[in-house]
Parts: sequence; structure tokens; C-alpha cells
Amino acid sequence: MLSRVANTLYWMVRYVERADNLARLIDVNQQLLLDYERLDTDRLRGFWQPIILSTGDEEAFSKLYNETGSDEVIRFLTDDPRNPNSITSCIALARENARTVRDQLSDELWEELNALYLFSRSDEASRLINHDPPRYYENVRRSAMTFLGIAASTTSRNEAWEFMDLGRHLERADKTTRFLDVSSYLPTANDGMESLSEETLHWTAILRSCGAMGAFRASQREISAQSVVDFLIFSKDFPRSVRYCIEKVDISLHLISGTPRGAFSNEAERESGRLLADLNFGSTEDVFKAGLHEYLDALQERFNHIGGEIFETYVLMPERVQLTPVAKAPSLSAAAWWQWEQQQQQQ
Amino acid sequence: MEMFKGYDPGKFYDEMFGEDGSVRGHCAPLLQKFGKLDQRDFLARKANSELYFLRQGITFNVYHDDQGTERIFPFDPIPRVMPANEWEHLEAGLTQRIVALNLFLHDIYHDQQILKDGVIPRFYIEQAKHYRPEFRGVDVPENIYIHICGSDLIRGADGKYYVLEDNGRCPSGASYLLENRNALKRAFPGIFETMGVRPVDAYPRELLNMLHHISPRREGDPVCVLLTPGCHNSAYFEHCYLAREMGIDIVEGKDLVVVDKFVYMRTTRGLLRVDVIYRRIDDDFIDPVVFRKDSVLGVPGLMNAYRAGNVALANAVGTGVADDKVVYYFVPKMIEYYLGQEPILPNVPTYLASEEADMKYILKNLPELVVKAANESGGYGMLMGPTATKDEIADFRERIIADPRNYVAQPVISLSRSPTWCDGAMEGRHIDLRPYIIYGDEVKIVPGGLTRVALTKDSLIVNSSQGGGSKDTWVLRD
Repeated sequence: MLSRVANTLYWMVRYVERADNLARLIDVNQQLLLDYERLDTDRLRGFWQPIILSTGDEEAFSKLYNETGSDEVIRFLTDDPRNPNSITSCIALARENARTVRDQLSDELWEELNALYLFSRSDEASRLINHDPPRYYENVRRSAMTFLGIAASTTSRNEAWEFMDLGRHLERADKTTRFLDVSSYLPTANDGMESLSEETLHWTAILRSCGAMGAFRASQREISAQSVVDFLIFSKDFPRSVRYCIEKVDISLHLISGTPRGAFSNEAERESGRLLADLNFGSTEDVFKAGLHEYLDALQERFNHIGGEIFETYVLMPERVQLTPVAKAPSLSAAAWWQWEQQQQQQ
Repeated sequence: MEMFKGYDPGKFYDEMFGEDGSVRGHCAPLLQKFGKLDQRDFLARKANSELYFLRQGITFNVYHDDQGTERIFPFDPIPRVMPANEWEHLEAGLTQRIVALNLFLHDIYHDQQILKDGVIPRFYIEQAKHYRPEFRGVDVPENIYIHICGSDLIRGADGKYYVLEDNGRCPSGASYLLENRNALKRAFPGIFETMGVRPVDAYPRELLNMLHHISPRREGDPVCVLLTPGCHNSAYFEHCYLAREMGIDIVEGKDLVVVDKFVYMRTTRGLLRVDVIYRRIDDDFIDPVVFRKDSVLGVPGLMNAYRAGNVALANAVGTGVADDKVVYYFVPKMIEYYLGQEPILPNVPTYLASEEADMKYILKNLPELVVKAANESGGYGMLMGPTATKDEIADFRERIIADPRNYVAQPVISLSRSPTWCDGAMEGRHIDLRPYIIYGDEVKIVPGGLTRVALTKDSLIVNSSQGGGSKDTWVLRD
């Protein structure tokens, strides 16, 4: 398939996944607020700050807003067009990507994403954001899920599918680490801010953001930093755990290149194989030894590395372009690089 | 019938009603079916059809709008209906015309016999903006230049059809022809029953057959692609739509690369050779090496591959010379010259400003005439004499005198009208017709075409960029 198309499908799915995850994150935390007995401005800031920090967009946020209150954070993450990573921006970008590869998508798939886009720009959406936020986030989540469902049931299992799957799992792994990272910024019990039960509430919120509550309970464990980290990073079966997602990434990469698993034919495969081994044989001990935040940071860097190498291998193809004497590639790679730059900033 | 109550056909040729207000025979069954709908039902269904376009993303971008506003092309659910014999007449006329145009283009880019014989003055061709002398002597596959033609037909007050222009470069709108039918079928399934409407869905298949036919590679299945300027182009939806219907890749210039005079596309598995390009980019932008140097849309080196015969383009390079409105004037003469036949479909009477007598006539009668720049389209570069201000007329007078080669004038043809739902009432609106003619192994025309409608009251300008909408076009079986 066309390199450009592969890249576009990959990003289309990443943006849908991103919108879905953000909707979960905000919804869960908004509901969590209701569990607090006393909230003053300071505590509110303490509550939302970590969420902004975990998305990695704190700079953009502080440029646009003075306060870190519920309204500001929610606006910023939900429908602020100035934030390229807000839910509505992600939906618009997903849809823009879909539009350029419309011929590759089933009618139903396009219609679902287009309907989500039209919803996100409708008066109805603004009304819900202001008056009934849970309904709004539910709409977004449902539509994102429907999108994935339609994709799964109408897309041939060919290269196009594998590139979409790559995008989904890489984004999902990234978002799971970011949800976990929220806890790194939380004031701890030692700061005299939180009681033990409130800390549990936070871990619960993280699990719920990942839609992992049921699956977690089924494995019958106490809610603690240890057990939640273990579940969300190392679970072999849970579809949003980092390990599960990276295994999927590794499978897709090898299906695309035709290289047997355990071997590699490009840097992306090499990195995914290495990372998967680390996750297969790692434990929470490693995590806390390194420090949770540092460990998650390192993971995110490795995801970015894999993403960059996928682009390098299948879209830029430096070696193959150089082999062709006539192809004056600068204009292509400049444009492509520009596009890549754009997308990177939105991670 | 309540919706049509009080409908006034006016002093125009109305497609549905005769002068005396009676229904034309071939429209009667349709009118009966609409009569069974009450207005509320009609409006709900109309709204449904609009929603269909919006959900399918059949929209165009409004330029200079930062909000990324997208609009649908207005769609009127009252179809334009054409009896079988009328269509046969049009089909024969259009076939004759595309054959003659292709003979003309081949001649112009080879021996130029028609110029030597003095049928067309040489300077008209040599000064035509889109004439490409650098392609003289280049053979194109099967000697076909215009593979897809989107002629604009209009019907005057006398009920006769005229050809207004030929559009032999990159005519657009075929997707609307197909989607209008889909939308109408979904919203008003009942009105199709027992009507004998001829289907139009063969269009993508015919298009693909044609692309295969012109492939320079004889063994194996040719690789065909559709070359688009990109997703910000207002016709991008159509490009995607047609590519998908044909099952071919849609590519942008940057997806293609030319190596040793062969064209390849960049895929995840390396370079794949391309044989046929259905290009939706104008000549000017297609190859920055040969044409506009600043074009980032094109493919450097493409013209070398094309000249070497290693890749086919549809349409060929240089067909724009036939779209020149001065050259249009000579199409009936081409038909006589190459085919020895009487033109079946007449041109609209046309005056050439560079002919002395015509010039005199034009200057004298400006307020009654339509003046057109020879190489503009989309309703631009035009003077509508009867509705123009004095300043506008004076301005055009100067322009015509300064550059007579590039102006023609025509009498105002009062286009036929069709009942159209306008803000709560059925009113007559002017329409034209753009059929899509495909010239491959043989000439194929899907029955009907795109009926465009000028939604503004009394307006004669049907272009979508100027407030036009469209209708489904029904050609009935015998």
C-alpha cells in the first residue's frame, strides 16, 4: 500500500484512541471529585494539576490559562481548539486523516467518525459539556468504541489493518502509562494532604480510567500502588496493559514485514522485541526501584522511538529512495518531515 | 398535488409542464407519486436526503474560512425527467462530438491538416492559452485525447438542446450524478417504482474499463491510479469516491516518482510501477519540470515518461485547446470536416470578437449579450449584459477591444426551468445538464448526467461556486 496511506491510517486510529482515552480520564476524575468531602481552591488545584502534568501539555496549558480549576482544565482538555490534544481537536484530526484516505475505509466506518466529528462541533455537544458532562464523555467513548468495532468487522486483515492496529496499541500503551503517571504527581499521605482512603480512591480512578476495574477485581487483589502498577503494566491478558499492547505492536510489525517473531528486519521491530522482553520478564520491583515516574517516562520514550522507526521504515524509506538515482527526495522528505513534526508535537 | 398547486411555469420552457400548464406526458406518473406525499412527509424526506450528504461527507470546503466549515451542495429532490427519444438524440450528438474533438486534437498535435485547409485560422490555435506545441508529434495511446468529456448542455425557450461548452480537461461532478441517485433512492424509494428509470451505476466500471484500455503495458493487469491535488481541493470527495468505486489507489504528486522514464508509486514495500494515471490535476500543475515550476502538486519528470509512452494519462495533455471558447465555435465545422456529417447538436450562436463584423455586432449589442473570456470557467470572467451595470459593460468593452482574441459573445439563452423546492414553495428554476462521456474502447455515456440548477430566482448561473445546486436526472426506458 501507499506509504502515505499507511501513515495516515496509523494516525487516524491514534487520534480516535487519544480522544477516547481523554474522555475516560476527564470523566472519571470529574466523578472522583464528588467523593471528596471538602474542596477548596488549593485542593482543587492539587487535584487537576497532576492530570495536566500527565498529559505532558502543561506548558500549553499555562500559556492559555491562569487558574488550574476544574472549568479551565476541563475546557482545555475537552473542547479548546487551541489545544491540539483536546478531545475535539483529536476528533477533527482523526477525521481529517480519514478524509484523505476515505477510499480505504468502509462507508460505515467513515460515517461513524464523521458523525462523531459533527457531534463534537454541534450545539448539542456544547450544551452537554456545560450541563451534563458525563453524557458528553459517554457519547465520545461510545462512538470511539463503535468506530473500533466497525473497523474490526469491516476491514480486511491486510496491511491497512495492521497499521491501524499499530496506531491503536501504541497510543493505548502510551495513555496507560500516562494514567499511571497521574499518581506520581499526587500529594502523598506524607504531605498531610490525603488520607489513606483518598489514596485508594485515586488508584481506583486510574483503574476506572483504563476501564480496568472489573478485570482488576476479577483477579482478586487489594487496591494498592503495587497491585495496580503490576496489573496495568505487566498483565498478560488485559487489553490496555502496556505489556499486552506492546505484544500486539510486535505482532503487527512482524506481520507487516513478514519477518518471523523473535527476529527483526528493522529498528522498529528490534525495539519492540527488546521492550517486550523487558516487560515479559520485568516486575513491579524494577518499577519502584527506578521510581514510578522515571520508569513510565522511559517507557514513553521507547514508544516514541518505535513510532519514529515505523515512520522511518515505511514512510521515509531513506535507503530505498537513495537507491533510485532520479528521485530528488528533498521536497518529499521535507514535506513528510514536516508532517511528522506536526504529529509528534501532538503526542 | 398540493405541493405543485399554484406552480407557475412562466414564459419559459418548463421541463415538467407545457405552455398551457398541463403536465408533460412522461412526467405524469412522477407527479402522481409526489401527489401522494403530504408536505410534511416531503420535507422530512428532503431533510433526510440532506443528512445523507452530510453524513457521507459529500461536502465542499468553504474557502477562507478558518473554522473549517463544510457545506453540502444543495440537492433538490424533484428529479429532472427525460423521455427515451430525447436521450437517444443527445447520446448520438454527444458521441459525434467527442469523436470529432478527438480527431481534431490528434490532427492539431500532428499534421494540422485542418489549419492547412483553412477551416480554422491558424492563429486561433497557436494563440490558444492551453495549446501545447511542445507535444506536437507525440503519440498518445489509442490516439485518444479526451477520454472523459463533461459537456454542458442547455435547452432554450424553443425546447431545443444546445451545447454550451465541452469541458475536455478534468470535468468534475460525476460523483454527484451517482450520489444524487443514491440519496434520492434512500429518501424517496417509492417514487422509483414502475417508473423505468435507467440506472447510472455503471459509470465507475466504464471509467475503469477505459483506463485499462489505454494502458501502455499489454501483459498483466495494468496499475491505474487517480492523481489528486490533495484533500484541500474542493473536488477531493469526488476523487476519493471514484477511486474507491474503481478499486484503484488515489495518489498525490508526492506519492509518485519517475525513474528512467517510468512512473512508480511509493508503497510500504518499495516502488510499484504505474501504467495509467487518471489525473485530476490540470496540465499547468502536473509536472514542475515542464510546466509551472512552482507546482508542488505535480510529479517531476512525469512528462518524460509520458512522451516515452511508458505511462498513459486521462485526459491527455493539451486537450485544453478544445475548451477555448473560440475553438468551441469551430466544433460544428470540425464535425463536417472530419466526419462529413451534419452536427446533431448545435452550438449556441457565438460571435468572435476578433472577426471584424462580429466585433461590431458585439460592441453595439453588449447590453443584450453574454460575453465570455475564452479560457475562464465556473461562471467567472463573464458579463451578463441584461443584468450588468453600466460600469461593468464599459469595463468589458475596454477588455474586448484590448484583447479581441480572448472574447466571445452569445445571445442570452433563457435556460429551461424545472420545478424546484424553494423556501416553502415549488417554483421554476433554470437548469442545465452535464452528461459524462467516456471514450475508451467505444464511446459510453451513462444515461442522464448531472442536472445543475440555479437556485437563485431568475438566475441563469448554475455553477456550484455561484449558488447552484443539483438534481437527480432520470432517463426513462422506452
